[in-house]
Amino acid sequence: MTTLYTSDHEWLRIEGDVATIGITDYAQQQLGDVVFVELPKVGRTLKKAEAAAVVESVKAASDVYAPISGEVLEVNDALTAEPALVNSDAAGKAWFFKIKIADKSELGGLMDEAAYKAHTA
Amino acid sequence: MLARDVSELKRTPLHALHLARGGKMVPFAGYEMPVQYPAGVLKEHLHTRASAGLFDVSHMGQLALRPKSGKVSDAALALERLVPQDILGIAPGRQRYAQFTNDEGGILDDLMVANFGDHLFLVVNAACKAEDEAHLRKHLSDACEIDSLADRALIALQGPKAETALAKFCADAASMKFMDAGPRRVGDFDCFVSRSGYTGEDGFEISVPAAQAEALVTRLLDDPGVLPIGLGARDSLRLEAGLCLYGHDIDTTTTPVEAALEWSVQKSRRKGGARPAGFPGADKILDQFEHGAPRRRVGLKAQGRAPVREGAPLFADSASGEAIGKVTSGGFGPSLNAPVAMGYLPISLAGIGTTVFAEVRGQRLPLAVAATPFVPNTYKR
Repeated sequence: MTTLYTSDHEWLRIEGDVATIGITDYAQQQLGDVVFVELPKVGRTLKKAEAAAVVESVKAASDVYAPISGEVLEVNDALTAEPALVNSDAAGKAWFFKIKIADKSELGGLMDEAAYKAHTA
Repeated sequence: MLARDVSELKRTPLHALHLARGGKMVPFAGYEMPVQYPAGVLKEHLHTRASAGLFDVSHMGQLALRPKSGKVSDAALALERLVPQDILGIAPGRQRYAQFTNDEGGILDDLMVANFGDHLFLVVNAACKAEDEAHLRKHLSDACEIDSLADRALIALQGPKAETALAKFCADAASMKFMDAGPRRVGDFDCFVSRSGYTGEDGFEISVPAAQAEALVTRLLDDPGVLPIGLGARDSLRLEAGLCLYGHDIDTTTTPVEAALEWSVQKSRRKGGARPAGFPGADKILDQFEHGAPRRRVGLKAQGRAPVREGAPLFADSASGEAIGKVTSGGFGPSLNAPVAMGYLPISLAGIGTTVFAEVRGQRLPLAVAATPFVPNTYKR
């Protein structure tokens, strides 16, 4: 299992041809208290860099972009019911959606943990 | 208003205190201001409603209008040339909400006016303060000396524990009622204190000499019930209280009648009153009092969980049709634990309970026209 990161502060956990996607702890700190999450529909085919989900704090709405292309296999309905999970467990329970990786070569442009740490330092 | 560089931004006398307490500083109306502290917007909001919050609002403009005749009634009558409010009727030691209007009946700024016995004390919005001062000089210099009180800070102490927190330093605080205002000693400092604010909560605004602001705020924050609160929670608190934000819910294109601020225009300035009209835009505004306005500012409650934010177009119908209005303020109300918004609708759709639709990310979300304030106010009348 590999975890990769985007410069937009998303994480991807890669297991076979499935990627689980969420936002990083750094991102949730920047957003503040999350009060609303909108997730993509299961079965939707996302193109890389397309707006896939929305996360809103008291003050502002932010898009979550698809870091890679692929079909949405599963979404985390717990987030819709309890948006504050994003603040309490961004890297774990607060995953957003799972995607079937359409093109593994798209993973090449992503960062590993050390590179992401440097990016947010 | 966005400065290109933080170094172009002005700082309030409490800047160092904000940094020391972990304030996240952002540009706002030409100032570097704390949008939140480490507690975060949600906790700051809820803390203000449950206990007490302290806000730095020193970016706002403070002005004194001193009558050249020595009679405060002359300053009051002069100011009535620029606002549709009864200023002459503000008793000494009292304060009133007002608006500067333009010739089209629009609102140039909204402000608080207090009668300090021998002069009037005004608090105006930060983004408008230079224009407001010029406006006052242009139109009132015959009757008044206009002093910009730029050497004073302004803080707001709001919430159910505000009275106890302030009374430790100002014995008179507890006996003040909503909209009482005047010079008071707070600790060792010569302040102007009013029992008013912008949160819907009981509370006070305190004008203090800039050099003493940090000492005063430090003492008030020694009370464990008082936390510093940023602009983020200030906005969500005032939105839940149904209070207008200038430049968003009211501006030069909205009249006081369209903005549902009729309550702020006293009978004495309306047709048949003691001093009717005589302010910019009176024809239009007084006509709207008689015949109604084509549109109205309303409260809007979302039926789902998605916040509907400023700028979202409003529709009468879930599918077709042209936009009939737009959201002017909107977000999440932490005390309601639900989205809240305000916006303008044609008068035919402005009745409480009417369903309209806001377009958010391509979807039309149902909203119900709702009474404001969304959260009952707790003013000490």
